[in-house]
Amino acid sequence: MIFGTYGGRYVPETLIPALDELTVGWEDAKADPAFHAELHHLLTTYAGRPTPLTLAERFAPGKRIYLKREDLLHTGAHKLNNALGQAVLARRLGKHRIVAETGAGQHGVATATVCARFGLECVVYMGAEDMRRQQPNVERMGLLGAEVRPVEFGTKTLKEATSEAIRDWITNVGTTHYLIGSCVGPAPYPEIVRDLQRVIGDEAREQILAAEGRLPEAVVACVGGGSNAIGIFYGFLEDEDVRIVGVEAAGAASLGTGRAGVLHGARSSVLADEDGQIADAHSISAGLDYPGVGPEHAYLRDIGRVQYVGATDAEALAAFRDLARAEGIIPALEPSHALARARELDEDLILVGLSGRGDKDLAEALRHLG
Amino acid sequence: MSKTLVVYLMAGPDTPDLARAAVDGGADVVEIGFPFSDPLADGPVIRRAAERALAQGMRTRQCLDVLARTHALLPGTPLIPMTYSSLLEAYGWERFAEDVAAAGGSSMIVADLPAGERPSLRRVQLVAPTSTDERIALAGAETDGWLYLVTIAGTTGARGELSPALPSLVERARRLVDAPLYAGFGISTPAHARAATELADGIVVGSAAIEAAENGPQALRDFVASLRAAI
Repeated sequence: MIFGTYGGRYVPETLIPALDELTVGWEDAKADPAFHAELHHLLTTYAGRPTPLTLAERFAPGKRIYLKREDLLHTGAHKLNNALGQAVLARRLGKHRIVAETGAGQHGVATATVCARFGLECVVYMGAEDMRRQQPNVERMGLLGAEVRPVEFGTKTLKEATSEAIRDWITNVGTTHYLIGSCVGPAPYPEIVRDLQRVIGDEAREQILAAEGRLPEAVVACVGGGSNAIGIFYGFLEDEDVRIVGVEAAGAASLGTGRAGVLHGARSSVLADEDGQIADAHSISAGLDYPGVGPEHAYLRDIGRVQYVGATDAEALAAFRDLARAEGIIPALEPSHALARARELDEDLILVGLSGRGDKDLAEALRHLG
Repeated sequence: MSKTLVVYLMAGPDTPDLARAAVDGGADVVEIGFPFSDPLADGPVIRRAAERALAQGMRTRQCLDVLARTHALLPGTPLIPMTYSSLLEAYGWERFAEDVAAAGGSSMIVADLPAGERPSLRRVQLVAPTSTDERIALAGAETDGWLYLVTIAGTTGARGELSPALPSLVERARRLVDAPLYAGFGISTPAHARAATELADGIVVGSAAIEAAENGPQALRDFVASLRAAI
């Protein structure tokens, strides 16, 4: 559960027994065919897996860019893969209350959805600034029966929402499962979320082999906390000839410009000053607006297996508009960062993780596009 | 045996004067918070105090300077920095411990570094009502001087009642640990202090002391004296 020197469990003592319980519970679940059967049933009959692979010919003429369509998953983003798996796990652990953080609101909606599906109490912490930017998702969570608690201090974004969710978990740890939304946090969370998201990469690998008879030359995904990226990358990590590229928001490049630090329970690469104080991230995309990143991404960067680059707000907005106009697909602003870099790569056969759909971003994107 | 009273102050320019006021009021030990931007274990009072301290420029070097100046003023009072791992990661774990000792710190507390992690870093360990017997024994074996009993599953800050989880935590820790046991989190009134010290060997008062200190050294001294009178 340590990725090189990254990861670990930098949390108050109160949570350690719960993390131990979660570790054992996850090992038991992974070894239990009934868990896999239940999750597979939910993913196919409720979530809509497998998601298709779409060739985006008009978006990138002269290239063969395939989009892994997590935007077509129920609730509109890859987040549901993780939320469903953790909800099943929480029930196995006997927890009836779920607490979660959300940035763009996609993880909050996915969590509210699975809680409605299983009759679990659901509390979602969300920064007040993000609630403004992602109002439709706030309304969806409310309709689904979740309580959205605004976080009004600090940056009022995902960083503070995550801290408040962890504080809630510390306070209610006996009854509550913390359904973390990305491959961050104390061990074993980064591993659990990765294992639940790797269905993206495993499916995509089979699909592109079926479509093209060969592996892609490059795989590209956006990285905030990094869960859709780790999921799609895991299908190709051992294929040494496949170039793997993670795309961060330029103003929230925890891997590109960060330093080793400790945030939200794990040692990873974080945006921090020389004293270890966490810095503010800046991105038009609420889902990438986070100064930390999953510890396994820091490890994959250090060993050189994955290359991490940045895309600016303007580049992401241009890709957002171009995919809508060229393909009739409105992507979320988060994977628009991946689209922006993918079309500039030298490689011709490229797989891009289209992690979510852009309905939630219309107001914010149109305000900037004019 | 007299009970130990530990008072928490957030590092700032006036910490030496406030620490002297706390000691005048009857504090035996002073914890000095080195502020962190994302303090997971802290409730709103200490979180806001940390935000103010950071806005005043209280970074690690400035905090060490405050520690040294407080030690110069109160050479007989144990001073214990309390902070988070991110500061040590940035400063260098060993270098941090060395510089705390050089500035007069008698130990330290790292709120998000549980027992078993980095055992070579000598510090006061914390246990909580959720801790298993195995973890209490481990923390007791690794702790530096005394063991910090977190009275409640939760963050720092005042509560209406003393945690009902404290008696069984004290009972288990007595059985498993030789070190003195000081209870903290949610102890904010003389009544809490009296009830907690009927069980534990001492108490730690944080958020309530921060709030008293906001009204100046005299208010802090009076508050601490009210706690001292109760134990």
